[in-house]
Amino acid sequence: MLGSLPPFVPFFVGALAVAFTKGLPRKVILLAVPILGGLNLLLGLEHDVQLQEFLGGYTLTLLRVDKLSLLFGYLFHIAAFLGFLYALHLGDGDVDGAVGDGDHTGGDRAGLQHVSAMLYAGSALGAVFAGDFITLFVFWELLAVTSVFLIWARDSKRSFATGFRYLIIHVVSGVLLLSGALMLAHRTGSVEFGHVGLEGTGAAGWILLIAFGIKAGFPLAHNWITESYPESTPTGAVFLSAFTTKVAVYALARSFAGEDVLIVVGTAMTFFPIFYAVLENDLRRVLGYSMINQIGFMVAGIGIGTALAVNGAVAHAFADVIFKGLLFMSIGAVMTMTGRTKGTDLGGLYKTMPFTATLCIVGAMAISAFPLFSAFVTKSMIMVAAIEEHHYIVWLFMLFASAGVLEHAGIKIPFFAFFAHDSGIRAKEPPKNMLIAMSIGAILCLSIGIFWIQFYGLLPMEMEYHPYSTTHVLTQLQLLCFGALGFIALMKTGVYPDEKRAVHIDAEILYRKLGPWLVRKTGSRVARVDTYVRASVLELVASVLRVAARAHGLVGPLARSWPTGSTVLWVAILLAGYLLFYL
Amino acid sequence: MSHEHGDHGPKEPIGWMDKPDFVKRLFWAFYALCAVLVVAEVVFGKATEHPHPNEGWFGFYAVYGFISFWFLVLLAKPMRKLLIRSEDYYEGDEGAEDAG
Repeated sequence: MLGSLPPFVPFFVGALAVAFTKGLPRKVILLAVPILGGLNLLLGLEHDVQLQEFLGGYTLTLLRVDKLSLLFGYLFHIAAFLGFLYALHLGDGDVDGAVGDGDHTGGDRAGLQHVSAMLYAGSALGAVFAGDFITLFVFWELLAVTSVFLIWARDSKRSFATGFRYLIIHVVSGVLLLSGALMLAHRTGSVEFGHVGLEGTGAAGWILLIAFGIKAGFPLAHNWITESYPESTPTGAVFLSAFTTKVAVYALARSFAGEDVLIVVGTAMTFFPIFYAVLENDLRRVLGYSMINQIGFMVAGIGIGTALAVNGAVAHAFADVIFKGLLFMSIGAVMTMTGRTKGTDLGGLYKTMPFTATLCIVGAMAISAFPLFSAFVTKSMIMVAAIEEHHYIVWLFMLFASAGVLEHAGIKIPFFAFFAHDSGIRAKEPPKNMLIAMSIGAILCLSIGIFWIQFYGLLPMEMEYHPYSTTHVLTQLQLLCFGALGFIALMKTGVYPDEKRAVHIDAEILYRKLGPWLVRKTGSRVARVDTYVRASVLELVASVLRVAARAHGLVGPLARSWPTGSTVLWVAILLAGYLLFYL
Repeated sequence: MSHEHGDHGPKEPIGWMDKPDFVKRLFWAFYALCAVLVVAEVVFGKATEHPHPNEGWFGFYAVYGFISFWFLVLLAKPMRKLLIRSEDYYEGDEGAEDAG
């Protein structure tokens, strides 16, 4: 068939085709590219593609096919297909019945979004099939450069600033990746993108880990997620939530499986965002925090490093792209139709958007890990692996974080968007393409949970695990139902905090407030010193001028024209002086 | 799910959330489900291959789930007091006020 065509190629060619088409042909291309790419993946990948003796003698591997890269390959094709289906109405003009300012649905901006999303999906595929760090680096940077347009397409001053910060953070991550890779190559003589670890790799290992960590949203580097997703277009957020962080999870699984430090980092990531998610008003920002929380489970799983744990981590990444995509799609649908995403502005939409509400609830149940839904069969692998490896405290934290997921993503998202207090908004259901994309997402959430045996067959490691034991079903339902009971009690007693129009300080304050403040303060200090030095120098020059003026000025003694006699006298004095000196 | 009745004007839909009796019944059904889950533990017991030391306690997951929600919210509230800022905190001339 297509031979061994690296999976990013159809997407890059597709982006070019999308740029030069409009209307129906463009829509056909948008949907055909992920489908043809998927066929290429299923039928066409027979052997790796390498460029020998490239760049200083290193072998570059553009295509490495194994179970791990294939799993993410399938996932990204599904995510791209759902994303393009969801965004298919862009370019058709205003959405019928919409009252908000969602995507720019007409003109060239729709094309810009499609092209950048196509390149973005291609870059993600390029990264997961890369077999060496140089190739990875190229796609790593392309991921940032192509996706930033999905934020800028919002066309507001704020999205512009957010996009720039997003770009800088990701470019820094890329630079670290390249530095780490070169240091590693210097040490080992190879740029192969394989297991790196922290032992025996010196600073190179740590630099690579930080490079991956920035993209994965490690603590302190996590705010690009919570900043950029809420600022992107409704359709852009669906793409953003699918690719970047999952490429990072893939890279961690590839290079740092079994590193203990990841257990600690991952557990912290599951833990702290859920507090922010309780307080946050913007529902897409809540989903951003939810994203960090879910990645936390994956990172911890990779850190535990057993076959079950790593399988759990990558399986959970797979499930997360679908259910988080579904949640972003449902809130994106609300945003498209109402122009709002804040808990304080929404509520009561179930009356006029029942399908969207139902599909959102399916996504919410999937992320909460209800039996028959996807996370039930994926997250549990990580939890069981934690117990097997005697990480009891970690397990307790993760169990708490699982209850937290139910709180913010399982209950809060659907409850505040579609139920809660009636906002009086009577928005229609979103366009059909959005509803179909969400429906497919919902079906996939259930399919993973139900056809888990087939799904487990795709996972990279050999393992023995059965998720549907009576005990697991029972204990999980107990955790979730009694958690929900806790929520009801919190609401009925009025303890649950109201949604507030506010921001809550997070690590981003370091670069959004403290950094600029420091620069300003330092700047003003420098300015003050500068002013002082300039004033002193000017004063000095002025005094020199004054002295000179006194001596050489109109009435100055040195400016007078002296008679010849006095000159002779002076010369005589000077000569006498010399004479005395030399004698 | 939505019906078109005339109570709230000609096109105002009435959802099931507007019917207190129905909502009340829904809540009771949920409480019953919780009770069933506790009884189920008595009937089926718990059998995990690799039990956590605490996992074996009767009703551990139920209690942990309930407490987790309260712990989460009770800790989040004072956190809000500490961290909350106005919506335009980062807007405009970023950091024009103080940094804290």
